[in-house]
Amino acid sequence: MKKDINKRIKEAAKGIRRRVLEHTINNNGGYLSQACSSSEILAALYLRIMNLGPVEAPIMPPPFTAVPGPDNPNYTTGAMFNGPKAPHLDRFFLSPSQYSLVLYAALIETGRMHEKGLEQFNRDGSRVEMIGAEHSPGMEIMTGSLGHGLSQAGGIAMARRLKRETGRVWVFMSDGEFQIGQTWEAMQTLSFYKLDNIGIYVDVNGYQCDGKMSKVMNIEPLKKRLESFGAKVFDVDGHDIDALIAPAKLKPAGRPLVVLAYTTPYRGIKILKEKTPKFHYIRFKDEDERRRYEAVLADF
Amino acid sequence: MTALKIAKDRTLDIKNMEILSKVHAKNLVKWAKDKPEALVLSADLTSSTEIDLFRDAYPDRFISFGVAEQNMMSFAGGLAREGFIPFVHTFAVFIYRRAYDQIAMCIAYPNLPVRMFGFLPGVTTPGGATHQAIEDTSIMRSLPNMTILECGDATDVESVLDAANAINGPVYIRMLRGEIPRLFDKSEPMILGKARILSRGNDITILSSGICTEEAMRAVEALKKHGVSITHLHISTLKPFNDTAVLEALSANKYGVITMENHSIIGGLGTVAAEEMAEAGIPNKLLRIGIKDTYLHGAGREYLMREYGFDAMALIREIEKIVDTSFDITEDDLRRVRFEPINSDAKAEAL
Repeated sequence: MKKDINKRIKEAAKGIRRRVLEHTINNNGGYLSQACSSSEILAALYLRIMNLGPVEAPIMPPPFTAVPGPDNPNYTTGAMFNGPKAPHLDRFFLSPSQYSLVLYAALIETGRMHEKGLEQFNRDGSRVEMIGAEHSPGMEIMTGSLGHGLSQAGGIAMARRLKRETGRVWVFMSDGEFQIGQTWEAMQTLSFYKLDNIGIYVDVNGYQCDGKMSKVMNIEPLKKRLESFGAKVFDVDGHDIDALIAPAKLKPAGRPLVVLAYTTPYRGIKILKEKTPKFHYIRFKDEDERRRYEAVLADF
Repeated sequence: MTALKIAKDRTLDIKNMEILSKVHAKNLVKWAKDKPEALVLSADLTSSTEIDLFRDAYPDRFISFGVAEQNMMSFAGGLAREGFIPFVHTFAVFIYRRAYDQIAMCIAYPNLPVRMFGFLPGVTTPGGATHQAIEDTSIMRSLPNMTILECGDATDVESVLDAANAINGPVYIRMLRGEIPRLFDKSEPMILGKARILSRGNDITILSSGICTEEAMRAVEALKKHGVSITHLHISTLKPFNDTAVLEALSANKYGVITMENHSIIGGLGTVAAEEMAEAGIPNKLLRIGIKDTYLHGAGREYLMREYGFDAMALIREIEKIVDTSFDITEDDLRRVRFEPINSDAKAEAL
């Protein structure tokens, strides 16, 4: 059983990388390193860690209609891709929506989004936005302005506790968000109110827009810092499926859970290492480079 | 101007002007009693924003965030998404200046029912420039989905909860605390989108908001004795701004329109009136009294209103210029109107 699940997670992770690689080649650009670092995290969250309701069939993203407002009562978010809402079911929040492309690929690989949905990526009139919003597949809050996600998810976790709901709240974060003051405000609040119904997976890939994080603005020792804020923290190999799953199995005990998933931004696509230290958004410098990536895709 | 119905008892009865204290503190406890969805959020200013009585009455619905407003605003968005109604309380400056991005993305964009109570607007703070919210209406007004209310007296403060809570979306409120006069009859609550018509006349239309309404009432009282005929409206809904009675008043006057606000003349009531007049094609002159595109410094409220020119006397001087007459009304006259009711010859019926 466990072997089967792990195999499925591994396959899904590979599928996420392949889809994002293909997309990056076809569009001469994409958030490829984020797929390399976070594929196992997202696949494990969707296939094993989170208790989400099913979707009847892979959903084709409906076109964008309108932003929320008092005169738009039929407005919907992208939460439908994560299944129905119920008191006992978990909820998922993507904090850095720069990872949207990777999330869309994960939704396809886990049977929640129609694979043709990705063809709408960054198209005018589509919900499948490049830096997704709350109407984008798999999303239900506004998170592109980094640092807002954890506090909003914290509010939802607090509300769920007030309503005595048993479902947990899962947040995917990037390591860059730990440079932001609001993230630490949120952490102190989560631990002050003992919100142990929240679990945070952080893709610690060590790189940000400007390059290597330790050169741009250091956040380490992250585990110690988070522990001193009152969190229950695990640092794991972010490509090791068992290690990713284990902390989520523990019974919550009064502290917010943080899993620091240490990852490699070129995992699974070795030639991507040549881009060091600029991994944030991958573009090919010439046709030759693009052909080399096509060759990688052909071998996938 | 038949559409203008004078408020039943808006009398500035100087002799009996009631001054109330901790109006919001007491009212909120009463109001929230049967509203389990109403949560109160605080950022270390619990007594200063009059939510201490709520905290003591309903500790389970009081959430303390410490000095961390950005996180508090995003949390409020999360709580609101799950069916709660957060009543966020802090000083006005720490709402719109400190946490603007969070308000825009976590509250305003998703049109969530978060009620933000901005205390100590403009010169009502004992603090200096760091605490003076002089452009909050301007900033918050430009956020889509945002409704903006402002209280001018104790009746407004008591009834703003119902007005705000009827709105499907976020609300920002310029709030009053401490000792507040009752200018409007208790039986006539603030009504969303409706101005209070305090006086009717043909020469000049005055729109005032917040604490400037009391100033304008004093000035109008004095000017009437000199035969100036004034329409005076108290504006409590700054956005949306679609009261037909206000539009009519902007149009129906001989000398023009004066706005008066405890706020920068850029982006607040004066700007709202200008936009309305321009779009409706009302060709009247507009004079904006308020904070004239400058920062202030820390000092008392009356001193600052005088120094920066948006008290009753400033209004009188402007009207004297407009009608090209000097009425010889002195500060003392106005002070007597207000503070020495026995000698006051203010006629209640004149209002």
